Amino acid sequence: MTIDKGNSPAGGAVPGAGEAAPPAGTGSPIEFRLDPASGVPTYLQLVQQVEHALRLGYLKPGDQLPKVRDVVTSLTINPNTVLKAYRELEHKGLAGGRPGQGTFIEATLSQIALPELTTLRRTLLTWLASADAAGLDEDGIVALVTSALRDFFDRRDGSADRRGTDTEGVA
Amino acid sequence: MNVMETQDLGKRYRRDWVLRECNLQVPAGHLSALVGPNGAGKTTLMQLAVGLTLPTSGGVTVLGGQPAGSPAALNGIAFVAQDAPVYKNLSATDMIHLTRNLNRGFDHRYATSRLGELGIAPGKKSGKLSGGQRAQLALTLALARRPQLLILDEPLAMLDPLARQDFMATVMTAMADDGVSVLLSSHALAELERVADYLVLMSGGRLQVAGEVDDLLACHRVLTGPAAEADRFAGPLRIVQTRRAGAQAHLLVKMSGPDDPVPPGWEAHPVSLEELVLAYLRSPGTETPPGLSLARPPLTRPAEPSAVTR
Repeated sequence: MTIDKGNSPAGGAVPGAGEAAPPAGTGSPIEFRLDPASGVPTYLQLVQQVEHALRLGYLKPGDQLPKVRDVVTSLTINPNTVLKAYRELEHKGLAGGRPGQGTFIEATLSQIALPELTTLRRTLLTWLASADAAGLDEDGIVALVTSALRDFFDRRDGSADRRGTDTEGVA
Repeated sequence: MNVMETQDLGKRYRRDWVLRECNLQVPAGHLSALVGPNGAGKTTLMQLAVGLTLPTSGGVTVLGGQPAGSPAALNGIAFVAQDAPVYKNLSATDMIHLTRNLNRGFDHRYATSRLGELGIAPGKKSGKLSGGQRAQLALTLALARRPQLLILDEPLAMLDPLARQDFMATVMTAMADDGVSVLLSSHALAELERVADYLVLMSGGRLQVAGEVDDLLACHRVLTGPAAEADRFAGPLRIVQTRRAGAQAHLLVKMSGPDDPVPPGWEAHPVSLEELVLAYLRSPGTETPPGLSLARPPLTRPAEPSAVTR
């Protein structure tokens, strides 16, 4: 595995190893932070923060993601972790690398339409009422939903993997 | 390319074998953590790779096949021994002068600008620097040689938390800028979680586990379920550690892949790097054949539980 030098400024030694945030206009609009207690793998935390920033409008297409070197220096993490996160974002079609410049946002995260959300919420409320009637308290409901949610996505992603990677590149 | 490769490597001091039957390939581009209790053979392995000591049996090559200790190997490797040794009566400037004259290649500009960034007074005697500054000085001298492989023996042991972070930031930045591969031995497990992406686990002079951290984490799980059924897994799954009470048991198992089915009635939890390392070091029966790696053919799947459909 090689380090993508395109993400680091040319010519080894760079003064002022990025302690201070880059001045507005030149760097990325966002800054990563890590939650050591979350148990979520570091690269996934970076991916999720980009997605979150996209949903909240902090990031839009054309924006640059923090340079690998800057993330590495400010968070003290392995550069391969950052590269893995950026590869994952590229795989999802959300970002793309530009040789010699860095990684840039290429898409937005589409939100589900509002009327559909309302219907889904109504169905969920009906289900919650029946869970309550069956005697489940709040913690019990959370536990049940969490475990069902995990099972569902494990199964869905698992069967998608097995079906092959035909859908790759569609994104 | 592998930055380090050993074949049946062994080292004996008088009657004691401190390293035995070590077969290891460490790929380039990683920060590899060499982890194990005292006396595991970590320092010996590093010194063999650097060429500071000769093997009793077997061989070791570095940087894609160069014999350890050969001129090409010496030029491409920088080694910082335990406790960041620098001459206490020499100043940083003197140390730069010395290192520059003792080595074939030396990036003088990098060394001086880096010391400036670190706020190390060039004229101050090394013995008067703080522990963190001394470690940074030794690291700067090593990196100024522009190595392909940086080997650090217990670099964090003597440093306070802030100095540890600064030290690792310098190492990680060198990785990002120049693609340096790093091999580092450490006890500080918690700090390795963010920085190490390749793990080499040793104990009692033997290699226990080696592999990419992500792969290792992906194929190990803690299974929680009824204690009565725990013995059923002993055959098909490789159990690293068992913790059981009257009714409930926790098994840390190595699965044949991330998608291995979980037996009905059992719950699978992911493991952290620290948990994984401690489990391997704690459990006595894990003397696995040297060279155990994820490249081995997967263990046979459990006969009955595989009926679970997905």
